[in-house]
Amino acid sequence: MRIVVRTALWSGALFAALVGTVLASTMVGSVNLDPWTVTRAVLNTLAYPSGVGMESGQVGVEGRAIQVPVPDVSYTRPFALDVGQTEQTIVQKIRLPRIVLGAVVGFALGTAGAVMQGFFRNPMADPSIIGVSSGAAVGAVATIAFPVTMPFGLQTAAFVGAVLAAFGVYFVASENGRTPVATLLLAGLAVQTFLGALVSYLLLQAGEGLEEAILWLMGNLRYSTWGHVEATLPLSVLLFAVLLAYARDLNVMLLGEEDALALGIEVERTKRLLLAATALITAAAVAVAGIIGFVGLIIPHVMRLVVGPDHRILIPTSALAGATFLVLADTVARAGTAMPVGIVTAAVGAPFFLFLLRRREVHAL
Amino acid sequence: MIRLDGVALSLGGTAVLEDVSLSVERGEFVALIGPNGAGKTSLLRTINGILEPDAGAVDLDGDRVADLSSKAVSRRVATVPQDTHVGFSFTAEQLVEMGRTPHRSRLDWRDDEGTVEAAMERTETLGLRERSVDSLSGGERQRVLLARALAQEPDALLLDEPTSSLDINHQVQVLGLVADLVREGRAALAAIHDLDLAARFCDRLLLLSDGRIRARGPPEQVLADESLADAFGTETAVSRNHVTGTPRVAALEERPEHSGTVHVVGGGAGGAAAVRALWRAGYEVTVGPVSGGDVAASVATNLGQQTVTVPAFEGPDRRERERVRELARAADALVVAGPGETPAGAAAIGDEETRIRAHLGETGPRAARGDGGETARVESEAELLAAVRDALPD
Repeated sequence: MRIVVRTALWSGALFAALVGTVLASTMVGSVNLDPWTVTRAVLNTLAYPSGVGMESGQVGVEGRAIQVPVPDVSYTRPFALDVGQTEQTIVQKIRLPRIVLGAVVGFALGTAGAVMQGFFRNPMADPSIIGVSSGAAVGAVATIAFPVTMPFGLQTAAFVGAVLAAFGVYFVASENGRTPVATLLLAGLAVQTFLGALVSYLLLQAGEGLEEAILWLMGNLRYSTWGHVEATLPLSVLLFAVLLAYARDLNVMLLGEEDALALGIEVERTKRLLLAATALITAAAVAVAGIIGFVGLIIPHVMRLVVGPDHRILIPTSALAGATFLVLADTVARAGTAMPVGIVTAAVGAPFFLFLLRRREVHAL
Repeated sequence: MIRLDGVALSLGGTAVLEDVSLSVERGEFVALIGPNGAGKTSLLRTINGILEPDAGAVDLDGDRVADLSSKAVSRRVATVPQDTHVGFSFTAEQLVEMGRTPHRSRLDWRDDEGTVEAAMERTETLGLRERSVDSLSGGERQRVLLARALAQEPDALLLDEPTSSLDINHQVQVLGLVADLVREGRAALAAIHDLDLAARFCDRLLLLSDGRIRARGPPEQVLADESLADAFGTETAVSRNHVTGTPRVAALEERPEHSGTVHVVGGGAGGAAAVRALWRAGYEVTVGPVSGGDVAASVATNLGQQTVTVPAFEGPDRRERERVRELARAADALVVAGPGETPAGAAAIGDEETRIRAHLGETGPRAARGDGGETARVESEAELLAAVRDALPD
């Protein structure tokens, strides 16, 4: 079957599964809602951006505030179906932001995982391998330990930390314009260890913020808002598109750099681009959700078993399956146990991974 | 098509190539031969643009490789790597399809089914299209990689040890295919370990050793060149493969230094076996008289030993008789080889020498009537060498 058709069919099916999962998840909570109410309320919530303006926001450290312009996007809602006020509020203000953010984060982590495993030609690679998660952790815990007032201060700090860590790893591992993948892997490990030490130190200094910091480190969608979605969704979709455009190159790079060069790929340039885009998309996810393990490792793995190693189909299916998986995991976290979602993904993911290992299918990759 | 002019390359401070100039035109299949570490692979890498030479020029149809984009180079030159380990299991067809990469834009996902299928058909890999590359044998994978190179629709093929992992059947098949492709107007340059195969399929050989081209030209000429032995650090013997009619090279094991010359009378398989055994043991061997075309004669000639041949079915004439007698006298021992009857030529020698009657191999009736004058009869290599040792002056 042609790859375009296969990709379209698989993506369509997985997107339908995602929508179904989102709807089902929206029904579940302290108050259970019926499917029709939920569907109507979700449709009412749908919005598309229809204009961009500027408003002023406040940035401040220790009481001093500066006014800065902040973009303000206005939205148009195409649906206005009849739903009770309370139900609409529960769906629109409480459940959906968290569910949609979970989907976006899973989408980003699934994408990044598929790309990193191909990039490192190693099925054990995951998005955090180039230091992104550790960098984000330093940024996030630092703002918890030493608070700044700024809209999305923690998220911004985590994002900046993640990107800085990734680029640090890249520069350490590069010499004469070349970045050997093995060196990158080792540099990533070393930087992760170092940043881990820094996070431990910051935790000791966190005082009252300790619990908040630990919850963040475990991966948490509890404080999700539409604001998070507005920041993360466009960035994730854009970077996903960039990475998907490089799916063919990634396939060829799996043959090894020498073969890739002989087939006309500008290997070093492509590596830089892939690393930058993956670091950014991972940073966007980690900044709003904390460190959520195993999604970026397991999901691309499973999808590779199902659809094969061609990145043109692997990247979109991993992204959509990652989104679905994280929504499911967070539903368990939210409704069942009130645990951070990172605990659920790891608790479900690790045994599943061991199961795959026992079936020896991992070796076949 | 491919032209190198004064190319020098060093890797990590070590000179790998020095002043290499060569050209390969369309319709030419050129082999790059030379010992391990001679720089063959590096030379190929300068042509496909993976390595940039420190000095000199690499041109493809008059354009500098360094000035062309990686994509442009790979549209003109396809490389068949020695072996590719594919980390994740692509199917053979997906691997061949990657050969289309230099012709497609990044966002163009359509399959070039026609080109891919034609390339696979050409290499007889259509039956493998759904198989995972990891599950293929070395020979199958090599053919799939060749199909990938064809899918690139290049003007020139670079092959790095295309036959190293193949059995003899597939070696011949793959090189025959490359030769066909060349005849259709492509150029091919292949690093080949196997000198016989190189000589058989290629139009010209380039002998590369220590980063320099030591000999170039048609196979017969290069294989016979003294620099071949130097390059490989071993003595070689060039003969002709009677089936294919192409030159064949044997590397000879190191032999002990013996001072001593042995003259062998008598041809056939027994004579040849005696010549081989004595040569290997380090003796200079002279042979004669034997009829031209005799196997003992060709063994001795290929080993570079003196041989007196006479026309078949004729006895030696005066001059030949003289020459044989001279050689026999100069020798330290005389071996009469062959089954049954004493070879006709034995009479030519006179009777003043110590004679060893050798009956080696499985040919003919087991020896032997005495022919007078012999001091020893031997039936194996070991006995022959012991008898020769005894016969030598101290």
